[in-house]
Amino acid sequence: MADIDQTALLQFLLRMGDNTLILSHRVSEWCGKAPVLEEDIALANTALDLIGQTQLWLGYAAEIEGKGQTADDLAFLRDAWDFRNVLLVELPNGDFGQTLMRQFFFDAWSSILMPRLANSSDPRVAEIAEKAAKEVSYHVERSADTVVGLGDGTEESHKRMQAALDYLYPYVGEFFLSDEGDAAITAAGIAPDPASLRAEYDDFLERVMAKATLTLPEDRFTHHGGRTGEMHTEHLGHILTQMQWLQRAYPGNTW
Amino acid sequence: MQRPSTEQVWTWLNEIPDPEIPAISLTDLGIIRDVAWHDDTLTVTVTPTYSGCPATSLINMEIETALRSHGIDKLDLKRQLSPAWTTDWMTEEGRQKLEAYGIAPPQPAGGPKACPRCQSDNLERLSQFGSTPCKAQWRCRDCLEPFDYFKCI
Repeated sequence: MADIDQTALLQFLLRMGDNTLILSHRVSEWCGKAPVLEEDIALANTALDLIGQTQLWLGYAAEIEGKGQTADDLAFLRDAWDFRNVLLVELPNGDFGQTLMRQFFFDAWSSILMPRLANSSDPRVAEIAEKAAKEVSYHVERSADTVVGLGDGTEESHKRMQAALDYLYPYVGEFFLSDEGDAAITAAGIAPDPASLRAEYDDFLERVMAKATLTLPEDRFTHHGGRTGEMHTEHLGHILTQMQWLQRAYPGNTW
Repeated sequence: MQRPSTEQVWTWLNEIPDPEIPAISLTDLGIIRDVAWHDDTLTVTVTPTYSGCPATSLINMEIETALRSHGIDKLDLKRQLSPAWTTDWMTEEGRQKLEAYGIAPPQPAGGPKACPRCQSDNLERLSQFGSTPCKAQWRCRDCLEPFDYFKCI
């Protein structure tokens, strides 16, 4: 592999791992209280896949960082300003429709990115993506089906899905922003330029939303700041408080 | 101690049940990629089914326990992600054991071929997810029984 800027690689791996970590935590909040048993199980399983992917991404990040940390240290001992996930995954679950719309937005992006990362010049990135691609393919099948089922459902479910779409869409654009770190990663052949995925993503969204009888907002304004760590939403701190308190209160505790 | 042959080790591994689906063994599942001696150390290479499979660490522990009980003290368990595990690696024997246990085995077409209880092909999917990440929930429209389907990945 070419001599790649390790800082940029670390940043890239944190972005990948933090996205799946935070979304996994959010999705797991439904465990035990989803509307029907099948959905409860499906969400818990999705969260499990995402936490598995997190272990792989953050495990590699910890190695690249080279400070003797583990994936667990990165997940449980960093503060909000060190997280590099997109803002979308921090947003509250809202109702079931909002949760599934967020999941679809993420799965759609992931399902386009993973097969490309499977050809990464970095063999570790490639093997993690190859593994994740299989899981993502059935995540997106389910979340797309559910968005269509609820969007093209009852008057009430349609109304809620349109509200979820209107609320969440301004967070989608952050997936496709890039900075100097992305340029270095792209130049080294590790990952595609984030912006290069947008056309395929838009196309996919349009097809699913048409089937779901939902109207995509025209405004392309996007909130950002998560993947650069510049500014997270107020929600991330609350997630971390819940996720990290045990390890912070009882350092090194295991069971 | 005389070093056991790799064939012998495979036989021992074939006796270890999958922790989540005890009807089939680890070798039936196709997750053991390689067994090899490197000097006096036995290396067993394992591919996880799903990245978040909670059974992964338990599987490693069971391999270690079983092989130690057979007198192997220098053991190296390696994780191999690529090529990613596919249900194609499941053995024919494993597929039959699954079906006899009431779990429809994976099919290339992406859905179960028949109800494991009454063999009807009048089936419907309830959810892409079942009791574990590797399974989906289906139902037979004839005998009306829900059943697990081992997803094809």
